[in-house]
Amino acid sequence: MSQPWHLRSAADLGRALRRREVTSVELTKYFLNRIDALDPKIHSYLVVTKDLAISQAQRADAMIQAGEGTLLTGVPFAHKDLFCTKGVRTTAGSRMLANFIPPYDATVTQKMYDAGMVLLGKTNMDEFAMGSATNHSYFGPTSNPFDLNRVPGGSSGGSAAALAAGLAPISTGSDTGGSIRQPASYCHLVGIKPTYGRISRYGMIAFASSLDQAGVFAHTTEDAALLLSILCGVDEKDSTSSYEEVPDFSKSLESNQLYRIAVPSSFFAALDSEGQAEFRRVLTTLEQMGHTVSWIDLPIQDYVIPTYYTIAPAEASSNLARYDGVRYGHRHENAHTLEELYSLSRTEGFGEEVKRRILMGTYVLSAGYYDAYYQKALLIRQHLKQVFAKTFESFDIIATPTTLSAAFLHNAHDTDPVAMYYSDLCTVSVNLADLPGISIPVMQHQGLPFGLQLIGRPFDEATLLNCSAQIERALPWHSTHSPIAMQEVV
Amino acid sequence: MNYQTVIGLEVHIQLKTKSKLFSSAPTTFGANPNSQANLVDLAYPGTLPVLNREAVEQAIVFGLAINAHIEKNTFFARKNYFYPDLPKGYQTSQSDKPIVGNGTFHFNVDDQKHSVHIVRAHLEEDAGKSLHDFLPNSSAIDLNRAGCPLLEIVTAPDFSNAKEVVAYLKTLHRLVKMLDICDGNMQEGSFRVDVNLSLKPIGSDKLGTRCEIKNINSFRFIEKAIEYETQRQAEILDAGGKVRQQTRLFQESTGQTIAMRDKEDSHDYRYFPCPDLKPLEITSEWIERIRNTRKIVSIEQVEKQLIEEYGLPAKETSFFLDNTQWLSYLNDARSHLTQPETSSKALANFVLSECIGLLNKNNQTFEDFKAQPKDLAQIINRLSDQTLSSKTAKQALALIMEGHTDVDALIQQHNLKQVSDVNALSQAIDAVILKFPSQFQEFLSGKDKILGFLVGQVMKETKGTGDPAQIDRLFREKLNS
Repeated sequence: MSQPWHLRSAADLGRALRRREVTSVELTKYFLNRIDALDPKIHSYLVVTKDLAISQAQRADAMIQAGEGTLLTGVPFAHKDLFCTKGVRTTAGSRMLANFIPPYDATVTQKMYDAGMVLLGKTNMDEFAMGSATNHSYFGPTSNPFDLNRVPGGSSGGSAAALAAGLAPISTGSDTGGSIRQPASYCHLVGIKPTYGRISRYGMIAFASSLDQAGVFAHTTEDAALLLSILCGVDEKDSTSSYEEVPDFSKSLESNQLYRIAVPSSFFAALDSEGQAEFRRVLTTLEQMGHTVSWIDLPIQDYVIPTYYTIAPAEASSNLARYDGVRYGHRHENAHTLEELYSLSRTEGFGEEVKRRILMGTYVLSAGYYDAYYQKALLIRQHLKQVFAKTFESFDIIATPTTLSAAFLHNAHDTDPVAMYYSDLCTVSVNLADLPGISIPVMQHQGLPFGLQLIGRPFDEATLLNCSAQIERALPWHSTHSPIAMQEVV
Repeated sequence: MNYQTVIGLEVHIQLKTKSKLFSSAPTTFGANPNSQANLVDLAYPGTLPVLNREAVEQAIVFGLAINAHIEKNTFFARKNYFYPDLPKGYQTSQSDKPIVGNGTFHFNVDDQKHSVHIVRAHLEEDAGKSLHDFLPNSSAIDLNRAGCPLLEIVTAPDFSNAKEVVAYLKTLHRLVKMLDICDGNMQEGSFRVDVNLSLKPIGSDKLGTRCEIKNINSFRFIEKAIEYETQRQAEILDAGGKVRQQTRLFQESTGQTIAMRDKEDSHDYRYFPCPDLKPLEITSEWIERIRNTRKIVSIEQVEKQLIEEYGLPAKETSFFLDNTQWLSYLNDARSHLTQPETSSKALANFVLSECIGLLNKNNQTFEDFKAQPKDLAQIINRLSDQTLSSKTAKQALALIMEGHTDVDALIQQHNLKQVSDVNALSQAIDAVILKFPSQFQEFLSGKDKILGFLVGQVMKETKGTGDPAQIDRLFREKLNS
């Protein structure tokens, strides 16, 4: 007997649709039912777009009937609530945008619609993508489907949890310092953040413009490759999007190309003994497959968190200035002066973590501090890029753990934001250096998932996906499901 | 005590582009409030800027015209501050490495050559407008202007009085219109002036504390504002006081400047490179293409051309220097002259006296001037070969201004051909002599004044087509026969 729809990959669903084993409307209703029944346990969705989904599914069925579209046509998806969706409330997890209905679609949204994909709803996230646990959402936290006492990671925790719970077959995320890869690690998923500039940022609500990049959560490498091929490409509305040619990533998965893989000893050293054993097990498999694995020094871990927490808040302090209560978003109704309107609207509209980062960002850009902090951070960022470029002269891939452990408990870092920041230790350097990174669900820690991260050369997502596909064949991860995913809904 | 006034200027010109600096919304002035602001201008979450390359080219045109440095690796920076008419909470501008740097600007003050150092000219987007008297009890915001492209042109503190300032501004105003990068409309805010002014004891090389006077929108007011502010600061210093570094506003009603904010209240703008825009690389090839395809002229060149090619006296060039649309019209018409070397002067004079005269008489402007440059040139051609008389030339002008075209056909249809054929004129003269024998006798007996009357009668006889000089000559010949 074949697996239930929610335990199958998006590509499998696409093939079933093409074979007329199921219609997009049936699939969509199937997932809407599961969301109805199970999402209250984890709170991964902020909005479920039932009517829109049904009408999009009908259109997708017509496309499939007419032999149009791609393999993902008719496949439902969950969409991080950071991407603007015309006519559908888009909050970025903030009270500030609790009633914001965008009059336009993000380029990412548009591309998925054009491909005939079906929007199930918008997923929970840390406010303005600032956080690592999806506990900084105005609308309440999301739980990890593998253990409801734990966080799903963040900031794209809703999109990750929805997949891990079988409430969507594929989803979008955004990654500024690890916001796709870290939740993928905690939720047993493939999560890929492509090179900066690969996917248009138009319509993706900005956190830190020079680091933000959209990406994908999926159950399989093939799914990630299929959706990535749809989303990548230059966009005239985003001046920072890249003209670099976009290959059909799903075509490069079959070969067993051998790679020179570098493993920075410092990140390994930061794991506990159980983590180290897991990581070694994966490295051994890679060697058995014929890849070369070399230990290297990548002396960056002391700088990356401070550098990231200088640049990202600086840009955020400016990006979030538009939320002033004047044109849209939350407005305090009883302000007497302009100053009051600003300060009360922003005090009420933003959560603590967002305010903390606005303050940090404002500080590091201020006269007298700019050179000491922001300017220095830019120099370190340049240096990081050079360190990576140098490493990639001798290696094809850098492998690290995605996170240093499995998901932590709710409230674990409530009193210590800096401890929370360090959960992104392995991922932020990839954003700072504009590189592509993927997290693959091949490891466990205390019975819970945590991921392997592969980092590639700029615009060489194809190598990461090919290596991921090879590992997927050697160490298949598909039999591991969260308890919620195992629940059937009648 | 006697002081030396030290003045530096910041001029914001609105560049002449169809769309905004970072969005595709139109820039037309005077549209309904908020009808020309799109999602980018309104700073909707998720929207991003896309640089208007036409604005960049116009900035480069200005830089080339003043022989300035064009920065090949320039970039945009965010200037952060809160204001209701600044939707993003920051203005996208330039900080280090402005697109234009280090140029020299030449102009005349009372026929004396003068020059100032242009420190920089940078691109930035305009803010919207807060309207405080539009609604009762609340302020309204019009974001039509938000995002319009500005070039801010900054001089060194090289001016020492209002006269120099106004001479510079008038020349700059002429130049940017002539370069076709700004419409120069001061009332609509296309050419805005901020004045930085300080005083120092004569001979001292230490600059005094300056005040900035913002947004003065006519040359006359600039002169007044400088005079008032110079006086105000001198009085403070004379009384042993200290000038406070302030931003001040000029009040048109009183002719005074009033304090708007003190230096201590000024913002920390937290400039940093805009991460939504890539650094702007300007290649040598791009600059050369601009140099070759755009009219990059200096005032001196155009003035020289007007004097040399059109034979205009220096004092009469100013009309064309100030009215660039007439200048291009003139040059266009000149290209249709059959003998430009000899008839350009007639063309320029015809435009100045007849065309402008006719428009002024009818309270009309250039926009109402319907005559095609080639038709106007043909009138001058026909004046030069004496087909038209000065009188019939005016009739022809009136016809082409009504929208008629093809001057030669008009001459035929309306019998405008000047009669200088001696036989035809002699017949007309004989007829007049028969009609007015006594007046003719008076003429013969030496009363020269009566000749005008007789010539006039002959002109009437020929319905205006007679050549008056020829008629005059034929009458005088009778005197000697």
